[in-house]
Amino acid sequence: MTPDTSSSGSAAPLVPPGRDPNPDRDASARKGYSEYGVAVLLLVLGTWAIVDAMGLIETANARGPVGPKTVPVAVGVLLIAMAVLLAIDVARGGRGEQEGGEDVDLSHGSDWRTIGLLGAAFVANALLIERVGWPISGAILFFGTTYALGSRHYIRNVLISFALSVGSWYLFYAGLGIKLPVGLLKGIL
Amino acid sequence: MDAINSLIEGFGTALTPLNLLYAFLGVLLGTAIGVLPGIGPAMTIALLLPLTFTLEPTQAFIMFAGIYYGGMYGGSTTSILLNTPGESASVVTAIEGNLMAKKGRGAAALATSAIGSFIAGTIATLGLALLAPVIVRLAVQMGAPDYFAVMVLAFIAVTTVLGSSKVRGLASLGIGLLVGTIGIDPTSGQQRLTFGIPELADGIDVVVLAVGLFAVGEALWVAAHLSRKPLDIVRVDSATMTREDWRRSWKPWLRGTLIGFPFGAIPAGGAEIPTFLSYATEKKLTKHPEEFGKGAIEGVAGPEATNNASAAGGLVPLLTLGIPTTATAAVMLGAFQSYGIQPGPRLLQDQAPLVWGLIASLFIGNTILLALNLPLASIWAKLLLIPRPYLYAGILFFASIGAYAANSSTFDLWLLIIIGALGFFMRRYGLPVVPAIIGIILGPAAEEQLRRALQISDGELSGLVNTAFSQIVYVIIALLLVVPPIVSAVRNRRRGDGGDGGPDASRDAPAGTHAHANVEGQ
Repeated sequence: MTPDTSSSGSAAPLVPPGRDPNPDRDASARKGYSEYGVAVLLLVLGTWAIVDAMGLIETANARGPVGPKTVPVAVGVLLIAMAVLLAIDVARGGRGEQEGGEDVDLSHGSDWRTIGLLGAAFVANALLIERVGWPISGAILFFGTTYALGSRHYIRNVLISFALSVGSWYLFYAGLGIKLPVGLLKGIL
Repeated sequence: MDAINSLIEGFGTALTPLNLLYAFLGVLLGTAIGVLPGIGPAMTIALLLPLTFTLEPTQAFIMFAGIYYGGMYGGSTTSILLNTPGESASVVTAIEGNLMAKKGRGAAALATSAIGSFIAGTIATLGLALLAPVIVRLAVQMGAPDYFAVMVLAFIAVTTVLGSSKVRGLASLGIGLLVGTIGIDPTSGQQRLTFGIPELADGIDVVVLAVGLFAVGEALWVAAHLSRKPLDIVRVDSATMTREDWRRSWKPWLRGTLIGFPFGAIPAGGAEIPTFLSYATEKKLTKHPEEFGKGAIEGVAGPEATNNASAAGGLVPLLTLGIPTTATAAVMLGAFQSYGIQPGPRLLQDQAPLVWGLIASLFIGNTILLALNLPLASIWAKLLLIPRPYLYAGILFFASIGAYAANSSTFDLWLLIIIGALGFFMRRYGLPVVPAIIGIILGPAAEEQLRRALQISDGELSGLVNTAFSQIVYVIIALLLVVPPIVSAVRNRRRGDGGDGGPDASRDAPAGTHAHANVEGQ
């Protein structure tokens, strides 16, 4: 969909002018430091694997050098080794290649406001699904996501959201025999 | 012949009206979801898995067959019309296909892709039907050390052959193996990496994993970088293939099939290398070299046929050895396992009706695909116009349903966020997703074979290499690790300039896309 405001499509300006991330920001300099974050993550995961494995008890039926600990320890060592190699690679100027795509514009950094709003919609669904039911929590999720992604056709989006959440509830209930939580709308649906 | 008889029985299973309906639904939904931009076949299967939760295994498998081919064809449509391969296997299709579409020959490109996929898919599925029983006869003689060696080969192949950075590939494999370890260790009954959380004792559900890594990770990543530029969508014209197009397409279709099937069938496959090979072959053999780079039909026909043939070939190791070689196959394997079905040499004996029903459905699905797509191409093209907020909201919406419905548990929604965040992180820092998903799905099986092998040898490490087969596989692995760096070093030296152009400089096919599908110069 084009973000062209004159179009009759639903996507109004995808990013309102007020929150345009500053394109002049020196993204590459910032990225250099954050690349080390990958190495840190690998280090943490590798350490976790090894520490967890130390708590395991070797069982009698295991023969030889391979027991329940072996694979976690080996994976931990692999992760830590890759953390070190990756840190060396980054220090030498190596950079992970960000994934492209048709809808992806890598000329600006990550839009954290959008991510935050998306995360909020997602968390709202997880918190609400068993309290108010999928027909409402799912609608909140869909509407919240369209809002986060810049669609401002509120009435249409609300209608689509409820049509989808109620429709999917019925599809799963009647068509597949899977009961999604009905929550507040119990007795109505 | 044995296989032919079994196949005929398989058609008996697949051709009941209800099963035909499931095959049709699978193709229709697979194509419709697969054609949506940014959604590759693996994500298509992951998103549609919940629909099969309550089906009988046979019907679910029949539907998978339809979704598998439908999702792949949908991906090709997107590549041609948008220059946006949903997966690395359609990167090559996008090169000439999109140029054709821009010249106003989009319909011809879609047609040669559909017919080529049909022909290649049919021949390769026949190859699968004939080859699978043969492999099974060999595979029943394979012991634990042999399996372990083949699995190591699959791990190494998927991390070193694909992707531009081996360190990042191995890091991704490590993350996958780690996630695969979460849960109760089947041999000793102890919980590993679960923090004592009861929901993690059985490991993480495959739907949550696949949907999280592919769907949520992708949606978050795209959302953070949503392009504000108008998309360059090509309209589909009504002109179809001319007589000239047919004349120029049929040989590439057949050559593509010949290249694709063997590459898919070896347990170190994937469609990236064969599609590039097919492109390079067609470029060399064409009578119209001047058209390459401007939209040559051979450059669509060959790689598309290759892609489909290799997808059918990929089912050989999946069904006979239980070894997935692509992300899509890994998701399918996970789905099989969630039905309590473990692909492997015994599957063909124990579940013969199921397997042959699946193979027969591949033929049927392929035919439905052709019948559906030639007339519907322009309707699929309209799906590309779906406003992006709705597209990504829909992905998150259905991802959440799928994750929740798997176990009716809110816990899985929280896991979905965590795995989605991991998927985002991996896309951001260039960690390829495929090694991770293969590691997650295949890791536990590899550990089991390793421990079984050592139990048999009473703990002697030599028990891992005491068969001729495992020794051969380890030699192949060593070659895989050693030869490519030497070749590129020699190549760089020959070029004389120190080769600062990177691996891309020596590539035969232009990397005309910006997708994350970097294949090293082969």
